[in-house]
Amino acid sequence: MTQLPPPSSVKLGLVIDLDTCVGCHACVISCKGWNTENYGVPLSDQDPYGADPSGTFLNRVHSYEVQPPDATAQLIHFPKSCLHCDDAPCVTVCPTGASYKRAEDGIVLVNEDACIGCGLCAWACPYGAREMDAAAKVMKKCTLCVDRIYNNNLDPQDQVPACVRTCPSGARHFGDLGDETSAVSLLVAERGGFDLMPEQGTKPTNKYLPPRLKDAPQDIDILAPFLAPIATDPKGFLGWLDRSLSILPGGNP
Amino acid sequence: MHPAPSVIIFTTFSGLGFGLLFWLGIGLPNVTGWVAFAFFSISYLMAVGGLMASTFHLGHPERALKAFSQWRSSWLSREAWCAVAGLLAMALYGAALIFFDNRLRLLGFLGSALSLGTIFTTAMIYTQLKSVPRWNQPTTPALFLAFSLSGGALLAGQIRFAIPLLTLAGLLQGYIWATGDSRFTQAGTTIATATGLGKIGSIRAFEPPHTGPNYLLKEMAYIVGRKHARRLQFISLTLGFGLPVILLLLPFSHWTALIAVVSHIAGILAARWLFFAQAEHVMGLYYGKR
Repeated sequence: MTQLPPPSSVKLGLVIDLDTCVGCHACVISCKGWNTENYGVPLSDQDPYGADPSGTFLNRVHSYEVQPPDATAQLIHFPKSCLHCDDAPCVTVCPTGASYKRAEDGIVLVNEDACIGCGLCAWACPYGAREMDAAAKVMKKCTLCVDRIYNNNLDPQDQVPACVRTCPSGARHFGDLGDETSAVSLLVAERGGFDLMPEQGTKPTNKYLPPRLKDAPQDIDILAPFLAPIATDPKGFLGWLDRSLSILPGGNP
Repeated sequence: MHPAPSVIIFTTFSGLGFGLLFWLGIGLPNVTGWVAFAFFSISYLMAVGGLMASTFHLGHPERALKAFSQWRSSWLSREAWCAVAGLLAMALYGAALIFFDNRLRLLGFLGSALSLGTIFTTAMIYTQLKSVPRWNQPTTPALFLAFSLSGGALLAGQIRFAIPLLTLAGLLQGYIWATGDSRFTQAGTTIATATGLGKIGSIRAFEPPHTGPNYLLKEMAYIVGRKHARRLQFISLTLGFGLPVILLLLPFSHWTALIAVVSHIAGILAARWLFFAQAEHVMGLYYGKR
């Protein structure tokens, strides 16, 4: 059913730490690796070794340069996948019931057997979290590795989404954001986790942790005071060169 | 947004077809027999032909019947119901007119209402998208209804309705184009809200996640041809509304009427291309577009 279920008490989702993400794209690759051979049809590539390669991914890492008014620019890596919104517009627009939100844990999934490939859910998602697979012609999206997190055949440490399991910098956390005492909820509260595009009214489950404040660069060179000051008006050959070049047209005497 | 030819053809011709069915349903013109057959054939060719074109847009058209299931939440599903119900009602109404010279007045009104409903639900598919601020406006369903009613009146030969409706539709389209460019800014979604990094400073997309194209960029970050937008808008208003109104004001002949219809369709096609090509999706912000 594409009517949204009443908000679940369990809200499984991700917390992504923009402070520690190093932009290695390992989550992108592990996501593609797991999801191309598990839930649903494979994530196809088009012309993968040719001149114009493209393909379906459920997770992508953007990089942004942020320039504070009075400090050096920061480079912030920004992984983005489905946010498993509480008020998911991608679910209600679906005409067939293929796009749905699970009542028990809030995961948003696509039943690919019922998907007609109209693409309207991808239009409705403000985040660009859904991609139509060009080979299978059905909509693909993050499943929160629903086939890992409940899979008792896996070791306990592997029962988390593939992106979380693989992240080498510990920038991705998985848990129940509906439980205020869960580790992820405490992390969000402590670090001031935020929603993406709150004005779109989608109430995303996934949260992002802001980069920590950077130290202001300080003059810590303890030897500097002991060094001789640099001559402000050059003498000798350099002085002659400076004067001669300065009187040429365009010079600055 | 990507201006897929199938969707442009669908919205243009189905809009005209259902617009004509609306006028036939209320008995303007009040025709029977062979004349009715001609009118209904034209309207069904356009309405059904447009709907067929829209199925080319689907990845799995063989599953299209499932699209009737979610009418409680989905405007696309509601559109499917309205279209099929409207076409069935108008088929019975038309058959009675053509073969029995009998005008089933109530059934005609019902078919007219369902035809309008189809146009409205089509428009709501676009209007409901908060992610596309240019469409997320009450003017969108107003525009779709104005296009269909005016084009339908033109096809139905209802000159006294067609002239004011075409003028109204042209003015409404002009207003939407004049104000459309500011809709994205008014919606308030920026790269700062998209990334949540605005508190730190000004944000610039430094590196995209992938070096090649992808579905998102092809489908929702379409930018080709915007540089001709103003010229196309002028052409569309002239062909779609200005020229037909002038031709309708001239003494009636079938030739001027035919030129008016062809000109109107060309204008509507250009307007629909712009409707999609000019619409900006907020997702583009993540790629530093907009």
